[in-house]
Amino acid sequence: MSAEVDFDVIVIGCGPAGAITAYQLAKAGRSVAVIERGETPGSKNLSGGIMYCHAIKQVFPNFLTDAPVERLISRNALVFTNPSSHVAIDYGDDRLHAAGTAVTVLRARLDGWLAEQCEAVGAMVMPGLRVDGLVRAGGRVAGVVAGEDELRSHVVVAADGVNSFIARGAGLRPKPPPEQLALGIKAVVKLSQEIIADRFQLSGDQGAALAMVGAVTDGIASGAFLYTNRESLSLGLVLRLDDLTAQGGDSSALFERFLAHRFVAPLIEGGRLIEYGSHLVNEGGQAMIGNLVFDGLVIVGDAAGLTINTGLTVRGMDLAVGSGIAAARGIERALEAGDYSAGGLDGYRLALAESFVGRDMKTFAKAPRFMENHRLYGDYGALLADIFHGVYNLDLAPRRRMVSLGRQVLRDSPVSLRDLVGDGLRAVTAL
Amino acid sequence: MKTLTVTERLAANRFVLDEEQPHIVVHQELAKATGTAARIIAACPAKVYSWAADGSVAVEYAACLECGTCLAIADPGTLEWHYPSGPYGVQFREG
Repeated sequence: MSAEVDFDVIVIGCGPAGAITAYQLAKAGRSVAVIERGETPGSKNLSGGIMYCHAIKQVFPNFLTDAPVERLISRNALVFTNPSSHVAIDYGDDRLHAAGTAVTVLRARLDGWLAEQCEAVGAMVMPGLRVDGLVRAGGRVAGVVAGEDELRSHVVVAADGVNSFIARGAGLRPKPPPEQLALGIKAVVKLSQEIIADRFQLSGDQGAALAMVGAVTDGIASGAFLYTNRESLSLGLVLRLDDLTAQGGDSSALFERFLAHRFVAPLIEGGRLIEYGSHLVNEGGQAMIGNLVFDGLVIVGDAAGLTINTGLTVRGMDLAVGSGIAAARGIERALEAGDYSAGGLDGYRLALAESFVGRDMKTFAKAPRFMENHRLYGDYGALLADIFHGVYNLDLAPRRRMVSLGRQVLRDSPVSLRDLVGDGLRAVTAL
Repeated sequence: MKTLTVTERLAANRFVLDEEQPHIVVHQELAKATGTAARIIAACPAKVYSWAADGSVAVEYAACLECGTCLAIADPGTLEWHYPSGPYGVQFREG
């Protein structure tokens, strides 16, 4: 078969998954186009903002110094919030900072930089163009339709994000049910470097990542986040759609209450909101991945459902990068063999399964079920606060040891001992 | 930080409006009958949807943040929603 093509590979979407696929293939000498619907690469893209860097450092060894990263995370906190109290597990560690394990990023800048790297190795980045559908020839995907243009390639890479319209429109991927998706709502709030350093106990380029559950979302799964950038904060809510709609939740009002919550308000005091955005988040874990390889087409990143939320870590961008590396490997093999069928592209599926992406998705396959547990978003926060209240609220009554106090608090709580033990075991096996 | 309304929050963003092609169409009767109308009015973080005085769903598509929440919770046949054609719609400067 010697069909005329415009490019060896066309990538739809210039986020981390698409850009890494394109970069690897262009670097290997393949002709690659990246089509991006935003005015500039990154302008349609939104993340909470933490990127774990292990995968992208394999592609760009100097990522931490060359790329527009905001801060290197040195402090992680998990905060149980109640209407009038909170309990936090606050973990700071110089080792995290020294290793550059995770960074905060702002996607308008990061994805712009990724696009530049693609262009530097010869890929053609085409911003401001929306792909409307796929070209089919002889039963296989043979290119894309964008407006009045048709562009042909041996392989198309759908890196078009969580809504996955390209694969869905072609009937290759179902629309996920609401329980597998969450609404992310985010504000970027401008603050000076000095205030951020003081408020979050940071020095230099150190950064903090706070995950919150409970009253900050009105008890709706899954939680809230607050991350420090160089001169701004990224903060917002992640609301599972089934839970949000079941409660008739007004997401905009929930967001206003979040910003006004007693734990959050002092952290953003004096700041100025400079952007307000929203984005869907995959919450289904391994169960929503499905088939990612078709005749002439592979699916990567968010479009492939690759995210992991364990409550403690929320990962998407590192998995996107990992899928880009695996996809480039599979496509390279298909191009070498001249076989662009699903069988020829199967190297992607194998490389993904063998990589940290496939292994971690499998390890945390039970995490979404665990995160459905409503006790995480209300009862446990109240229980913890009541225990600590018993410890610190000294009065004239004789003191009790902590175990006896805990037993009493548990008796008065809607949480039973059986729930507590069961949830503990489920946490051990899921997280 | 002063409490901001959704309109004030959206005012911080850059939007490029496609005046000729709305990217959202609500099929009014079915959307109301299925409860989709009430759901998307509540869930949309940009308040794109609202009840109009005549009882229909008004659509302020220019404010859309393009997340896809409405489509994800809409019943089949109630809503046509796709991305604005490039390069229209919200353009994040932070992300």
